[in-house]
Amino acid sequence: MRTRFGDRVLHWYTWLIILWLSSPIAVMIVFGFNDKKSKSNTSWQGFTLKWYQELFAIDGLTEALINSIVIAVVSTILATTLGTLLGLAVGRYRFRGKGLTNFLIFAAISTPELVMGASLLSLFVSANAPRGHVTIIIAHTLFSLAFVVVTVRARVVVLDPSLEEAARDLGAGTWETFRLVTLPSIMPGVAAGAMLAFALSIDDYVVTSFVNGSELTFPLWIIGSVKVGIPAQVNVMGTLIFALGALVAIANSVSSRRRAAR
Amino acid sequence: MGRRAPYWLALPGWLWLGIFLVVPIAAMASVSLTTGNLIEGFAQTLSVSNYSDAIAKYSTQLVRSLVYGGVATLLMLLLGYPVAYWIAFKGGSRKSMYLFLLLLPFFVSFVLRTISWGFLLADDGILFGTLKGWGVLPTDFHVLATTVAVIGGLVYNFLPFMILPIYVALERVDPRVIEAAYDLYASRFDAFRRVVLPLSLPGVFAGVLMTFVPATADPVNAAVLGGTGNTMIGNIIQTEYLVNSNYPTASALSFTLMAVLLIGIFIYARTLGTDNVLEAAAR
Repeated sequence: MRTRFGDRVLHWYTWLIILWLSSPIAVMIVFGFNDKKSKSNTSWQGFTLKWYQELFAIDGLTEALINSIVIAVVSTILATTLGTLLGLAVGRYRFRGKGLTNFLIFAAISTPELVMGASLLSLFVSANAPRGHVTIIIAHTLFSLAFVVVTVRARVVVLDPSLEEAARDLGAGTWETFRLVTLPSIMPGVAAGAMLAFALSIDDYVVTSFVNGSELTFPLWIIGSVKVGIPAQVNVMGTLIFALGALVAIANSVSSRRRAAR
Repeated sequence: MGRRAPYWLALPGWLWLGIFLVVPIAAMASVSLTTGNLIEGFAQTLSVSNYSDAIAKYSTQLVRSLVYGGVATLLMLLLGYPVAYWIAFKGGSRKSMYLFLLLLPFFVSFVLRTISWGFLLADDGILFGTLKGWGVLPTDFHVLATTVAVIGGLVYNFLPFMILPIYVALERVDPRVIEAAYDLYASRFDAFRRVVLPLSLPGVFAGVLMTFVPATADPVNAAVLGGTGNTMIGNIIQTEYLVNSNYPTASALSFTLMAVLLIGIFIYARTLGTDNVLEAAAR
């Protein structure tokens, strides 16, 4: 009986932690419907859909959100391309410099964001490079790249090399073999890496705050408005991004479960 | 093609990592040894005085960051281990659902999550405002702008990064090993202490690594949830770089922070055994 009681306590405890982790999200969603009159958005003043109708009423905020999306898309494409190639190299081949490459990937993941941002700023300042969209994309590609390598490498190492040999035996060229055999087999790793890259980019504050110049992204705009009061539109945008992300994740897990069932 | 293939595949990634990771860190090392200011320019003098000056000036914030980061990491370990344990051994067919729920907050931006957590803790917010209205709490009670709020925020933001690696390690534990311990008359506690816990240490190591470094260097929680007395080293580095344009001091501070974190990880790795470090690094 004692052990069962312990398990029940742990069960409740796990739910308590989940509840705690989600409570700020619930607050964010609920206060997107708050009919607030003052600048601060901490007390409930009635239900409204006003903020959903006026979602794009704040020019600076809308612009920051668009910036974030554009930067996330471009840096995801770059990081996924570079990361997939690098992941193939370290996952499949033995070559001179492989150890160093693995170390660089580990270093890119474990360097504190603050140090990464600060060092990139040092480079851009030394090179007299103007800061803006381009420097943010460079930085985001850098920290996403390593994560793509890790997810792709995990797929590549379990790839059966005889499949590619079979393709070549059947007369496929290097490019055809890659496009028709290799790429489809490592695709789940590539897709996971791309999703991770997108999420990391759209969420990033610390690195971006160093290399943005005067360009604002969504997280930077929000931090900038903490002192003067966050408009409720921020809650609405946060809610919509949250809903979209959760839906994509659920759809992804459902489709992979179907694939597994087949 | 053949033998050169890996080099062609790796080349673009190498260039990116080389130009934007290795070169900048070298550039920062060089900047940290210069003297001068933004208007007159910086001259390379190879002076280490930036380091001693910066450490002397900001030792309080440096120590505070390490204490906050350390306490937060310890709390995450204590809070997170039981969750990972329960999901790994008792989650049954619902394991992935529990993991999904734990990761759900990550679909909201880190900054926004921290601000929402601040909403909850606000003096007149839904939690404390209500309790004050009922007379449960004194009217001058506050959590926001205190050490508790900052450490609480760090724990809140990074907890899933502690739970996941421990879960992965526990999930790999073969249940037959635990049964064997029971067959050899181990008590539940002994089986945990001498079988399960040692097997989960690589996960604990990865979890600590994934939480201690970002928590110690984080400027967001202190800025959003803390008061003037809670400034962390991350905030100082940001201000020195972006507001004061004092690049030599800021670079010296960044390097000091990285060195301290590396030394911390190294000591921690030595006490846990180097094999675990290599294993964690290889992942």
